[in-house]
Amino acid sequence: MNSQTAIATKQVNKTYGKGEAAFTALSDIDLKITSGESIAIVGKSGSGKSTLMHVLALLDRPTSGSVLVNESNASDMDGRQLDVLRNEEFGFVFQQFFLNANETVLDNVILPLKIAKVGRRERNERGLKVLASVELEDKAGSKAINLSGGQKQRVCIARALINNPSIIFADEPTGNLDSQTGKTVEDLLFRLNKDQGITLIIVTHDADIAARCDREIHIKDGKLTSKGEI
Amino acid sequence: MKFIDLALTASSSLFRSKARTFLTIIAIFIGAMTITLTNGIGTGIKSYLNKQIGNLGATNVLQIQLTNKNSGGPSSSTTAPIAYNPNQKSVVSGGRGGDVQLIMNPKDITAIASIPNVTSVTPERPLSPDYIMGTGGKFQLSVQQQFGSTTAAMIAGSGVDTSSLQNQISIPDNYVSSLGYSNNQAIVGKSVTIAISDAAGQQSTVMAVVTGVQQKAVLGSSAVFVNNTLANQLYAIESTGLPAATADSFTTVDATFPASLTTAQIATIKSALTAKNYSGQTVKDKENTVFTAINVIIIVFDMFGVIALLAATFGIVNTLLMSVQERTKEIGLMKALGMSPKRIFALFSIEAVLIGFWGSALGVAFAALVGKVINTIGTHGFLKDFPGLSLLTFPIKTIVVVIVGIMVIAFLAGTLPALRASRKDPIEALRYE
Repeated sequence: MNSQTAIATKQVNKTYGKGEAAFTALSDIDLKITSGESIAIVGKSGSGKSTLMHVLALLDRPTSGSVLVNESNASDMDGRQLDVLRNEEFGFVFQQFFLNANETVLDNVILPLKIAKVGRRERNERGLKVLASVELEDKAGSKAINLSGGQKQRVCIARALINNPSIIFADEPTGNLDSQTGKTVEDLLFRLNKDQGITLIIVTHDADIAARCDREIHIKDGKLTSKGEI
Repeated sequence: MKFIDLALTASSSLFRSKARTFLTIIAIFIGAMTITLTNGIGTGIKSYLNKQIGNLGATNVLQIQLTNKNSGGPSSSTTAPIAYNPNQKSVVSGGRGGDVQLIMNPKDITAIASIPNVTSVTPERPLSPDYIMGTGGKFQLSVQQQFGSTTAAMIAGSGVDTSSLQNQISIPDNYVSSLGYSNNQAIVGKSVTIAISDAAGQQSTVMAVVTGVQQKAVLGSSAVFVNNTLANQLYAIESTGLPAATADSFTTVDATFPASLTTAQIATIKSALTAKNYSGQTVKDKENTVFTAINVIIIVFDMFGVIALLAATFGIVNTLLMSVQERTKEIGLMKALGMSPKRIFALFSIEAVLIGFWGSALGVAFAALVGKVINTIGTHGFLKDFPGLSLLTFPIKTIVVVIVGIMVIAFLAGTLPALRASRKDPIEALRYE
């Protein structure tokens, strides 16, 4: 495993509102995530962990400070470049799945490739391949609405994997699953991290998952704290 | 996303909420159908009139009269009576009382013939033949000298040849059986007799060959057309015994010009005429007067269609706003996965345009179907007296203009919802409930 920096933040602040009513969601976050690392962002709800993930995933711009992805400064990029970067380098797994219920599993999985203007044949091939890696190739033609929770989350992981990302962001990936299926999804994510060297950034308040990561980052009131303070 | 993927995604989203999409399309459908039907009727009537115009005379002919100075026109009655000019004779014409037409003489012909592009000038002689006779009885007729090329809608044979030395006539179809022939083809090439009286009341007869049968005219008179040779011969008989000065006076002359002239070149001839104190009118000019009236009526009817479309436009806005609201998460996801705001805008715009397309295409198709049914019923029923009229005509151009126009309107209606979708913040859109 190399020790290249996947994402780094420098003095990142995020404030909502102005003046008296200003609310600081993140303050002076300095963070360095190495390529191939698995890292848990742990904190209570309202602690700023989601905001941190959004800033790291370039879905949100910090009020001040800078975010560097693969050594390039995201604040120098325009909206189009950020879109391309997210599309090519990042994979997203959400607690609420965000699958298009009326479309087939395959159509859901290939959405990032569709956005990237990949041709129909290639994206279907890659879609079936990635579905095989989450053991759902037989469900390719089913509507997403007919899947169980665990299957849905595996579809989400397949969708996150299809563009061969360097980083996967998982926001409470097991939050909506029972412990049995949660474990399967968890194993799948960590296997990808170990086997393919994909950097894994998990937002969670599940201590077990956090413990399986190479590193835990604790956040409270928008500030990074040392471990064990929550 | 590629354009084809955008279009397919937009289309599948549309048909996900079938009832809503269907109702929005219905509104567009009604507007498109109304506009297509009114335009179809307008086009049908105009193209029918266009055919009929042929019966008014050739299109490459200017009917020229002397302009009655100081009155704004020969028939103006809004000003005081015009001062008498001993050098200018005039006649009170038929039609409305008070119409005064000035009399022209051979000098006027020379003056008009000197205008560039005028190929021939012939005075309109009042020919009043007594009767026409075939193999049967004698019938009244009104004749008209054919100038330039024939444009009457011929249903058998062809029009008279203006340059032929043979006496030729072409007759309206309602004369065929009266002249003793069983069908239109049978009379072509046969001879008929025309009788005309001179100034002293002495009747003479002339033989003429029938070159063709034209469709009975609704606009203008159902005239029998004669060629120059026959017209000259008839006039020679009619003017026998008239004083020379009377024989050489006329109120109207017909000037022909090459049929290839452009509108601008014709306008040049007209302004040259105006400069010499003449006023000239082509058949097209007369036609335009009628068409202007028809156009006004069509525009009024079109307004109903436009109002329906206006209402339908708000339907599109409403439908898409709801759709954007419902699909907030889908939009958020697509943005998070790297879809640009421009593409999101395009996605919803395409949905709007698709609604416009389906509504207008179905509306136009339905209007065409209705038109076909009405035309079929009409020709056998209430339109029997108008042979050759198809009440509803749908040229491809009109259909394309209606569909494309409505798609543009739909696109404009879609901009507000599409803009709203493109501005959605992916974080807000993906936030948990």
